[in-house]
Amino acid sequence: MKISSLFSSVGEWARNDGPHHQIVISSRVRLARNLRNHPFPGWAKKNDRLQILELIKPQVEALQEMDDALSSYLQELSALEKQALVERHLISREHAAKGIGSAVVVNKAQTMSIMINEEDHLRMQVLLPGLQLHNAFKTLDKVDTSLENKLDYAFHPRLGYLTACPTNVGTGMRASAMIHLPGLVLSDQINQIIQAVNKIGLAVRGLYGEGTEAMGNLFQISNQITLGEAEEEIISQLNKVIEKIIEHEENARQVLLQKKPGTLLDNIGRGFGILSHAYAMTSKEALNLLSFLKLGVDLGFFPPERQAEIDNLFVITQPAHLQSNAAQPKLTPEERDALRAQIIREKLKTFPNPNTSKVVLPQPPTEESHHE
Amino acid sequence: MVCDVCKTNQATVFLTQIIEGKMQKVNLCESCSKEKGVTDPLSFALVDLLPGLGAAQEVEKGDPAQRCPACGFTQTDFKKTGRLGCAVCYETFAEGLEGLLKAMHRRTAHSGKIPARLKRSIELGARMNQLKRDLDKAVSEENYETAAQLRDQLRELEQTK
Repeated sequence: MKISSLFSSVGEWARNDGPHHQIVISSRVRLARNLRNHPFPGWAKKNDRLQILELIKPQVEALQEMDDALSSYLQELSALEKQALVERHLISREHAAKGIGSAVVVNKAQTMSIMINEEDHLRMQVLLPGLQLHNAFKTLDKVDTSLENKLDYAFHPRLGYLTACPTNVGTGMRASAMIHLPGLVLSDQINQIIQAVNKIGLAVRGLYGEGTEAMGNLFQISNQITLGEAEEEIISQLNKVIEKIIEHEENARQVLLQKKPGTLLDNIGRGFGILSHAYAMTSKEALNLLSFLKLGVDLGFFPPERQAEIDNLFVITQPAHLQSNAAQPKLTPEERDALRAQIIREKLKTFPNPNTSKVVLPQPPTEESHHE
Repeated sequence: MVCDVCKTNQATVFLTQIIEGKMQKVNLCESCSKEKGVTDPLSFALVDLLPGLGAAQEVEKGDPAQRCPACGFTQTDFKKTGRLGCAVCYETFAEGLEGLLKAMHRRTAHSGKIPARLKRSIELGARMNQLKRDLDKAVSEENYETAAQLRDQLRELEQTK
């Protein structure tokens, strides 16, 4: 598969279905593996890296799961293509900075990607829409088992799978879910949730500056501990925590609807208004406003079939995706903001106004009540 | 204030994260914050930075000039990058790593997946170790009948190795 055909469709994970898809955007599991008798990529000399790459790449390409996959050396990809792969969560930021001596293999559905010579010799991930951590793990585990027969993994009887960074040693597994929590943010409960989640040894990503508000009300929750707990245990615990958070988010939304419908509608209405009429928009502003539009669909203010368009906007308004759709090469940030605003305006042209007929807003005081 | 990563530029991005009740702070300059992905909080966590900064200091036990016999990596290299050189480094720097692993993971022994080709020998090793411990205990308690049974079991396992 060519990279151009990869970009012509969004990945399956972005299709926005799967269990709990309104709140859980995607689930991801990744495994880090290294070869015995070879230095880790960060310490290996160029020749070592090339040798490791040629040991691993053919085995990855031969996987049944990687039929008709995109397989590319990093130096074959343009900066723009790499950035677009980052925006699709198919490679890491660190991997995008790599050149000769590294490679990436992505399956056709864009649900599985294997980075070779990232921080570890192998970084494999499965990314699925909605809350599907168990499925993602099962799929990845199968791939790992087929590869372990072909490659001599570095494994320590007591420490488990050895990784370049000691934070990954043991299972080498990081499981995470991207969740959309506008209700908890709007009702000021998000900090409490983050603290509680941190306390049980899970990491919440998406922190911005010193505050805890993330862009687009999107948060990524993942396990931090990789040593001493079995893979299934880690996944089950994470899954349980996420189900709890979903419950809290759903409650927060209902409470907002009943107690503060004005605030809720104001956010959704303003989001819709600005997105429909702005002529310059940064990606941060776009994410934040699109989040409220998404919430508007979830709560029934917009028709449900509009969900896909919004989810698509989350991806195509990212810088590299914008650039790859632009007529001219190398947009300035100002030009990008203008193009982003234009694309969003056009997409929202056919969007109906929010249908607020089901919401009972408190009546503003009338003249009479003033006189009382 | 100087950037914690490059240690040259002026820090302009200040991050605070509370992990298990402990406050962790990192100060970064503009370019390092971009490189570490701080500007895109969706893919960023302070925990990723920490091993490369403060946490690595915990490995200072032992001789700083000690080199990994397999790859030539030193503790100084670890302090700089927060990453190890190769699989053998885990043995070379085992003493210092023990505390670090405990701080990171709370536990220091893997209990998850084992590659199939190693599974038999690792499980066998674990069982034999357990039997040896039981045997020592039985002997010290002068429980010779049990000790004899355990010894036979050990011999049997020894042969299947």
